[in-house]
Amino acid sequence: MSDKTPLSSAALSAIRASAARFPAGRQRSAVLDALRLAQSENGGWLSVPLMDAVAEALDMPPIQVYEVATFYSMFEVRPVGRHCVSVCTNISCWLRGGEELLAHLEKRLSIGVGESTANGRIYLKKEEECLAACAGAPMMMVDHRYYEHVSAEDADRIIGELQR
Amino acid sequence: MPDNSVRFTVDGRELEGAAGEMLIAATDREGIYVPRFCYHPKLSVAANCRMCLVDVEGAPKPLPACATPVAEGMSVRTHSQRAISAQRATMEFLLINHPLDCPVCDQGGECELQDLAMGFGRDISRFSEGKRAVPDPDLGPLVSTDMTRCIHCTRCVRFGEEIAGVQELGATGRSEHMEITTWVKRSLRHELSGNVIDVCPVGALNNKPYRFTARAWEMTAHPTVAPHDCVGSALYAHVLRGRVRRIVPRENEAVNETWISDRDRFSCEGLYVGDRLEKPLVRRNGRLVETGWEEALAAAADGLAQLREEQGGQALGALVSPSATCEEGYLLKKLMHALGSANIDYRLRRRDFRGQQKEPPAPWLGMRFAEVESLDSLLMVGCDLRGEAPILAHRVRKAALSGARVSYLDLAEREYLHPIEKAIAAPPGDWADALARAAADSLSGQGCAVWLGGLALRHPACSELLEIAADLPAEVVSGRVSEGGNAAGLGLAGVLPFADIPNDASFSPGMDAGLMQRQAPGGMVLMGAEPEFDCAAGAEDALAEAQFILALNPWASDWMRQHAHVVLPTATYLETPGTFVNGQLDWQSFAAAAPPPGLARPAWKVLRALAGRLELEGFGYSSPDQALADLRRQADSRPDAGPASSGGSAVDSQAAEEERFAGLQLPMHSVDGLVRRSLPLQQAAAA
Amino acid sequence: MSMPLVNVCMPPPGAEQPWRLESYSKRGGYRVWKRALSGKLKAAKILDTVKASGLRGRGGAGFPTGLKWSFMPAGCKQPSYLVCNSDESEPGTCHDRDILRYNPHALIEGMALAAYAMGATVGYNYIRGEFLDEPVPRFLAALDEASAAGLIGRGLGRARVDFELHPFVGAGAYICGEETGLLESLEGKPGKPRFKPPFPAQSGLYGRPTTVNNTQTLACVPSILQNGAEWFKALGSPNSAGTMIYSVSGHVERPGNYEAPLGVSFNDLLEHAGGVWKGRQLKAVIPGGSSVPVLPAEIIRECAMDYDSLAQAGSSLGTGAVIVMDETTCMVSVLRRIARFYYAESCGQCTPCREGTGWLYRMLTRMLEGRAGVADLDLLLSVANNIEGHTICALGDAAAWPVQSFLKHFRPEFEARIRSSVARREVAHA
Repeated sequence: MSDKTPLSSAALSAIRASAARFPAGRQRSAVLDALRLAQSENGGWLSVPLMDAVAEALDMPPIQVYEVATFYSMFEVRPVGRHCVSVCTNISCWLRGGEELLAHLEKRLSIGVGESTANGRIYLKKEEECLAACAGAPMMMVDHRYYEHVSAEDADRIIGELQR
Repeated sequence: MPDNSVRFTVDGRELEGAAGEMLIAATDREGIYVPRFCYHPKLSVAANCRMCLVDVEGAPKPLPACATPVAEGMSVRTHSQRAISAQRATMEFLLINHPLDCPVCDQGGECELQDLAMGFGRDISRFSEGKRAVPDPDLGPLVSTDMTRCIHCTRCVRFGEEIAGVQELGATGRSEHMEITTWVKRSLRHELSGNVIDVCPVGALNNKPYRFTARAWEMTAHPTVAPHDCVGSALYAHVLRGRVRRIVPRENEAVNETWISDRDRFSCEGLYVGDRLEKPLVRRNGRLVETGWEEALAAAADGLAQLREEQGGQALGALVSPSATCEEGYLLKKLMHALGSANIDYRLRRRDFRGQQKEPPAPWLGMRFAEVESLDSLLMVGCDLRGEAPILAHRVRKAALSGARVSYLDLAEREYLHPIEKAIAAPPGDWADALARAAADSLSGQGCAVWLGGLALRHPACSELLEIAADLPAEVVSGRVSEGGNAAGLGLAGVLPFADIPNDASFSPGMDAGLMQRQAPGGMVLMGAEPEFDCAAGAEDALAEAQFILALNPWASDWMRQHAHVVLPTATYLETPGTFVNGQLDWQSFAAAAPPPGLARPAWKVLRALAGRLELEGFGYSSPDQALADLRRQADSRPDAGPASSGGSAVDSQAAEEERFAGLQLPMHSVDGLVRRSLPLQQAAAA
Repeated sequence: MSMPLVNVCMPPPGAEQPWRLESYSKRGGYRVWKRALSGKLKAAKILDTVKASGLRGRGGAGFPTGLKWSFMPAGCKQPSYLVCNSDESEPGTCHDRDILRYNPHALIEGMALAAYAMGATVGYNYIRGEFLDEPVPRFLAALDEASAAGLIGRGLGRARVDFELHPFVGAGAYICGEETGLLESLEGKPGKPRFKPPFPAQSGLYGRPTTVNNTQTLACVPSILQNGAEWFKALGSPNSAGTMIYSVSGHVERPGNYEAPLGVSFNDLLEHAGGVWKGRQLKAVIPGGSSVPVLPAEIIRECAMDYDSLAQAGSSLGTGAVIVMDETTCMVSVLRRIARFYYAESCGQCTPCREGTGWLYRMLTRMLEGRAGVADLDLLLSVANNIEGHTICALGDAAAWPVQSFLKHFRPEFEARIRSSVARREVAHA
């Protein structure tokens, strides 16, 4: 997790491909894709040099990249654990035990929501949005993957695999 | 009214406006006040503060006057129950997280939030939760931050993006955690960045050097005119107990609109620094010592008189700062002429004067500033416009954004912040050819112009460049971006070695600034000029050779301390009445905003007293207005060209390249003594 | 007998790999679009049919789709854009995710037809970032299939139709579900909604004419054109043509997505979802996603699930997200959870929403922690009223309506909860 990581050439060409989907001069539209690529290359968070590299790749003022990176909840601008775990506690999940599930994980991992485990493996993200799997409540998302109808035992198993 | 005009009513009054115009612009024009924070007439509409909500008949909810276009038959009420309760609701939301630290806030007394809270706020807060606290980013030496006070109107963000052309501040995060910041520690760098202080409606962004020095209501505001570039921006100097505390812009749509450069705003920080003179200095036994006016004036008069006696009037010369007032320049010229010398010049950094007598007397832009915005094409030669005249650069940026093709011929490409047609980088030796080519290639359309900037005017072959520009087809306007705040005025005042020479056989055209700086006359008068900074390269050594040196200056520079025989403490532009003529030939007179410190006096009075000591006739002016009237009469009756014999000097064309092209570039914050002494500006330049 | 379920937007149950082009074609997919590409189906006919069908936007506002399309300037200079809003994030709503996963070709065909009807040549599907693992790859695979089959691209068919369709993946912001916030996001900015006017049809994406439609809305379009406007109308109830995928969640035995004709009674829908769980009694229902007003059992029991019936009952069909609460539910806690959501998701630009949503949440927190009085309920309502109608977009309203409706129907419970919380706190401190 170096904060000096520049964008890889693979990421740069992916950013160019993304920008090609937009009209000439509108390459800024690719900034969400670019930040997502940069973040996934950097262990789940965006350093200032990375954001500056994105700004340069898309010919944007760096502040506009910081505005975007801090507005959208899927971007992290501070170091976080390797695996991002979000437990949905929005209304539909809340009605079916989402909050208890989150409390269970906080206890098990000995961290509060918004924190990462000391070994740097798990980041327990504070998820504010409904994740649109309400029919499978309670649910959790681990590195983009959805798990539905999650019991405390299911959660333990899923987390256990991430700890390895 | 044009064809697209519409009629509508506001609070029962019948109004007319252009279709599509925003309601708030119409009500402002008619003097109907609608409260607002995010709206600013020079910025795009954000409609985010929700303070200007008004009641529009037929609309399901109150609408923001700043984003609602006027329409035929529209009926608006700004004070109905619905409008007032919406405005009060917004005011309550704005105040719940605002610190209400007005007693320790510099904005207190001139705060839009404070003013409107008086009208729309509640006496007692209904908010009993904890208030938000926000960290303050360090934006460098010019702008202070108290972001807990920020009401998120985003005027400062829009200013950067839309006016400056470079977004330095942004709104990061979201919801109540949204913050105005640079995110990473980064000083504001843009030459207009200080304007965010004025656009900020609250005390979040403020004047950092001014912080905690005065309360707004204690100060008196004095209209004045900026001296550092050819724009001559309209300013107010705010004065408390005889001292200028800060500079703010004065609206003048034809000149600076509502903006001023950081240089104009913060140069006043140099006013009272350490080497400011409060007493005259006279050299005794090799050392400059403080003395009174009587003795100093006697020493000055004696020094000049003695040289004239021994070597004739032509042994005297004068160099005048291009930011001296018209009156100062005129009086010194008159004094030199009376002493029998035509050796006077204000073109201190210029190096090639050949053909000078054929140039128009006032170096100006060739057009009004507003006309810049409708140019089709513009070529700037040797012009660091953002550094030389930041407000003019803003006009050019507007022109470029609305389609003008703007090209530059310069030493290297600079950061332009607007679309450019061509940026031609060429060694200075190639500029004459490059100019001829570039003019042919890049100028076309209805309105086109060539401007020669500071680097071109300091060029060793300046005359050639001027000549090429003057010989372009008649439809190409040829203009100059000249140094200092009053080059045009001093030209019109005849502060030139060939202008207004007395009709007297003993007189011939005098030495230009270049010649005086290479072969200094025996007696030199320096007014507002510090040879080590304000002249062409190498001048300080040549001038030091003069037998008698008299300086009229607000400060004693190192060179003066070493070489001057008499230093008379004079006023800065803020401490004297005077007149500047800007790059569009506006005569702008102003009064003194504050008294000069100690025994320092306005230079026009010092010159009057010196003339008296020398027993010269015609200096009995009781006010500078009379001198101005004389000089304008003289300017009006002056022939178009000077005498043919006044060809002017040039740098040795055989000299080495580095010598010939030395000093072309002039940093933005080095232009004159006041700017050089402003610590915040120097810190900003170094940041 | 309860009203049966039907499949218009969703593939029939049991279809094998319904997301594949092969499966979609077997079901009659792309037949309409191919007629358009051959020049036999004109743009005007598509527009007229959709108008006549009575289709209304499924994203929450229920605006007539054909009318919205007709706002696009006729014969305007290109480019103009069609944007699909797959930023599904209204709490309780999970049907667009299933359209993307199980019927992506219906969406692609719907987008192609819509774009063609409006003369738009470029489309973007804005998919929420959290859908990266399954819905996004399904949509991309479908896009590849359609592209390879010559169904999207440039110069298509005898009619030489241009329709380029691109995916766009968001990054987590509820407000991007608002159409102008979505357009800002698509332009690479924070998703802060724009003030209207101008409306997107005049000045949308990159300042060009643009129409934004919801996923489910667009996925209805191929069926409408295949079966006719009258067929679609007849499926639903007056003013509520067609079907809706109801996302039934919360305290029911079988939470899930149930596609049923609009106008299905609440009771029938609840029955499809297995009734209230654990044999408990129904207490309240939020019938259209967390932004719409809550209805108590005795009112919702009488409602048909369509635009008019729910509006008459004082709520709204919204996104068709039916959130069911049983008798044990604490309404103060529910409201606080909803308030926290709007507080976190406010974009921050408008003063009332930026400052007011946090205030609401903090007051509700105090009520639950025993640090509030009954009089604070009036303040709560007043703050909600001061947000409502005062912001650029509807998020401010969405934050206010739950407060207003919860207090309207459950005020005695709020008062009791405040008193008991205070009492508990005093005991704890004694």
